[in-house]
Amino acid sequence: MTEATLIQAVNKALHHAMKVDPDVLCLGEDIGVNGGVFRATEGLQKEFGESRVLDTPLNESGIVGMAVGMALYGLKPVAEIQFLDFIYPAFDQIVSELTKFRYRSGGQFPAHVVIRTPYGGGIRGGLYHSQSTEQLFASTPGIKVVVPSTPADAKGLLLTAIFDEDPVLFMEPKRIYRTATGEVPEGDHRVPFGKARIVREGSDVSVFAYGSMVPTAFQARQVLEKTGIHAELVDLRTLVPLDVDAVVRSVEKTGRAVIVHEAPKFCGFGAELAAILAEKALYSLKAPIVRVTGYDTPFPYTLENLYLPSVDRIGRAIQRTVAAG
Amino acid sequence: MPPAEPSAPTASPADGAPRVPAVPPLEIVPLPYGKKELSDRLGPPWEERLHQMYRGMLLGRVLDTRMLGLQRQGRVGFYGPATGQEATSVGAAMCMSGQDWVFPGLREQLIALLRGLDLTLYAHHLFGNDLDTARGRQMPCHPSAREVRYASMSSTIGTQIIHAVGTAYGIQLRKEPAVSWAFFGDGATSANDFHSGMNFAGVWKLPVLFVCTNNQWAISVPNEKQTAAPSFATKADGYGFPGRRIDGTDVVEVFTTLSAARARVLSGAGPELIESVLYRLTPHSSSDDPSRYQPKGWMEKAKAYDPLGRFEAMLEKLGVFPASEREALRADLDAKVRTAIQEAEVMPPPRTDSLFEDTLKVPAWPLTEERDSFDKEQGGNFP
Repeated sequence: MTEATLIQAVNKALHHAMKVDPDVLCLGEDIGVNGGVFRATEGLQKEFGESRVLDTPLNESGIVGMAVGMALYGLKPVAEIQFLDFIYPAFDQIVSELTKFRYRSGGQFPAHVVIRTPYGGGIRGGLYHSQSTEQLFASTPGIKVVVPSTPADAKGLLLTAIFDEDPVLFMEPKRIYRTATGEVPEGDHRVPFGKARIVREGSDVSVFAYGSMVPTAFQARQVLEKTGIHAELVDLRTLVPLDVDAVVRSVEKTGRAVIVHEAPKFCGFGAELAAILAEKALYSLKAPIVRVTGYDTPFPYTLENLYLPSVDRIGRAIQRTVAAG
Repeated sequence: MPPAEPSAPTASPADGAPRVPAVPPLEIVPLPYGKKELSDRLGPPWEERLHQMYRGMLLGRVLDTRMLGLQRQGRVGFYGPATGQEATSVGAAMCMSGQDWVFPGLREQLIALLRGLDLTLYAHHLFGNDLDTARGRQMPCHPSAREVRYASMSSTIGTQIIHAVGTAYGIQLRKEPAVSWAFFGDGATSANDFHSGMNFAGVWKLPVLFVCTNNQWAISVPNEKQTAAPSFATKADGYGFPGRRIDGTDVVEVFTTLSAARARVLSGAGPELIESVLYRLTPHSSSDDPSRYQPKGWMEKAKAYDPLGRFEAMLEKLGVFPASEREALRADLDAKVRTAIQEAEVMPPPRTDSLFEDTLKVPAWPLTEERDSFDKEQGGNFP
């Protein structure tokens, strides 16, 4: 165990995977000589060479498409898209190709590609360095969507992703790249997909969050604990596959649900969670389900702190939900 | 494209000239080779090569004819013929090694068959039945054949070009003596991943051959509305590697040019773009009506460049492979195709379980739940 930040944990996972498996390689913009604009791939090219850590031309569709071709050949590519906001040129490759290869070939051509990409706001990045659009990918069959919130999970989930056999979109909460710190196990540390993490147990209300919203929701929960509201905070960890049992079980216990994400509310991932609870836990609910999300606009620059769910907004939503019934 | 131009290795001017012979009578233009030249170009077993070429092209033609017929009778849902493109498929397939990879466009299935995809297995795919390796998930003419390194294709245009480049990277990394082939049409040269593929391949000097089968039409859009460049081959200039334009209806030319290009690519000299100029002698697909956009008589004129007809006219002149033998071969191939179709047509549709397989390796919720409640949802009486 060593203490590390979330981004250091990402680096450790990549380093470990490349060391133990010569088929693993990384490709993306500025990831080699520069070590990535956030330094996630720092030192990798120096250690593993230019042939396994590729500085690509500036073309996201090319990065993902090339990774697909590498995976078909038998390599294990980890593609970096510098910001989730820049992934859309590759959307065709993800939606039409990457997620369809196994299905359309009857399993003859599985295309196992990991796409790492920083996402989310709170870094004064404006419209094009801040968005959260996980729902676009979670609603596309054929790709797993993973969002760590701690350094240990970042390493463990990324290693699981790299040695998985399906495409994985690995979304890194860049706001907490350096503020989330914690113990990270050495070596081949893996965290399984589809297992939510109960951050803190509670009896009054279930709070569902992932990625950078986990520490924010955690602060809200801790403040309310002192007022006698015991919220159960559930870190979903993987949106696909989703730990649906953990979601339902928690609400069966608490009878209330608050869902938190940075993405806009309409058709966001929270809508799916709310629908699941309506289908599977309706009779356990004592109060309406509440979603605390980014507003349904593009992402603002100057007023981003008002746009993003804050400790206060989440806390007030929890209070209202508990008071409602 | 005037008739003489396709074989010119350099670009022709974008003169807006008709791309088919303008003046009737519309006679087949025989391939221009004598025995000496064939022997020089194809090597000592040149008669054997000619036989292989003819057999390959004829298989494609017989298959297209049968399948278009079945489609019109409503026995298969769709068909994308490759009539007019056989010389390019056959010439390319003949210079590939078993280790090469093929990333096809819509009209390259003949390559899969020539590389060893079983004809009956392909027929199962055309019918989308239970023995189709892809469980009837794709429209006809979208086969996957891992055993012959023929990659699964989508219907999205040009996306496969960059896949070929990724695989070429793997080939280079593992130092395998192989070439990755990307096939695509003239329309695909305007698509995003033509650019990403050509650019990436150039940067890393990858062992990839780009084959643009320019059949003059992207459904209804002709070459001159697809690009202002003097040819598609010249686009290679911007990516730092050679581009060549060849007569794609001349199987000898295709074979010799692609063999040389493959050898060059294999030597580590980097990628190459070949624009294979040919003519689409059918509608775009079984769903298309060219009378809406093609000049009257275009297709009749283009038939002067029917690769099979040109080849047969040469055989006639050379007197090497008499009509009676050719007829026997046609009958034999047709019988094989009919047998494959008969076998495939009687197979049941894919088992219903297959609906829920192969999205992820292990199905995730909610698919697991959908699978488990399938019988209940589909069964019983309603109302």
